[in-house]
Amino acid sequence: MWHVGKIIALHDETATARTIILEVPDWPGHIAGQHVDVRLTAADGYSAARSYSIASAPNVDGRIELTIERLPDGEVSPYLTQELTVGDPLELRGPLGGWFVWRANQTEAIQLIAGGSGIVPLMAMIRSRASAGNRAPFRLVYSVREPAAVFYRDELKALSSQDSADSVTYAYTRAAPEDWPRPPGRIDAALIESAAWPSNLGPTCYVCGPTPFVETAARLLIASGHSPDKIRTERFGPTGDRK
Amino acid sequence: MSSHAYDYLDGNAAAGELAKIFTMDVTVAEGQCAHCGETKRFAEAHLYMQCPGVVARCAHCGQVLLRLVSIRDRALLDLSGMTYLSFDTSQLHK
Repeated sequence: MWHVGKIIALHDETATARTIILEVPDWPGHIAGQHVDVRLTAADGYSAARSYSIASAPNVDGRIELTIERLPDGEVSPYLTQELTVGDPLELRGPLGGWFVWRANQTEAIQLIAGGSGIVPLMAMIRSRASAGNRAPFRLVYSVREPAAVFYRDELKALSSQDSADSVTYAYTRAAPEDWPRPPGRIDAALIESAAWPSNLGPTCYVCGPTPFVETAARLLIASGHSPDKIRTERFGPTGDRK
Repeated sequence: MSSHAYDYLDGNAAAGELAKIFTMDVTVAEGQCAHCGETKRFAEAHLYMQCPGVVARCAHCGQVLLRLVSIRDRALLDLSGMTYLSFDTSQLHK
């Protein structure tokens, strides 16, 4: 069940997050939204595993991309973001989780809500839609600390400008660019009202972020009329690496 | 808000640990809570991973649905908090 992938490329997304691209022999293929467990084993046999969402669209060439945020006291993420180099092997298990997924044959409207590095599995959905030529109307609300903390900025800009059915709204929590229409702050009812699909359209909603963020976003969606049955969530841990 | 109130993840996150035991993806199965009778996807349960092993609790009533602990070459699985798990087996025949 564990695969050994090889790192074929790395690049920094932000000052604290790195994307790693792996080639995995015998990779069975994945669905957008799924994750993998990554296992590191020390020379003395001690091992630690963490879960990371796959950022890339499904493909047939056995490649996957992960984007990993470095946590200062993390046990796994500092190694993955600072020490790993091209050519290194990496043990991983997956693809995992068949619930928080978007399949390229879905045609209904989709509302994505990301908090910080919660963008990663949602980016896989956006990429999957683009690579499949799917025309399902997508909207993304991306809550992020400051402009410098945004992942995939250029790609998101390119995708949303070439396709009017695909819109992105940034909601900054600490510092916004000058003249930004919304002052920095956490997501709220007014943001959901103005930037998300209305509930009467019946969109499927995917929410990913730290647990308090997901709780807030899901509560706001339900308060604005969205059915709890149409909201899928993926939380990640308050203290550490994705588990 | 206290950090304690938000120390859980979703049942999704147990997919890898459960795949050690089950051939099908348990996180997409529907399970019924033995305490309150609520039926949900296992992926929607609240998952606690700070303990030795994993504990899944019902998102509706908070009672324990599943416990899984692995120590060396033994895995101990307690499913007494669920009356049943219902799987879609259509993919098995394709």
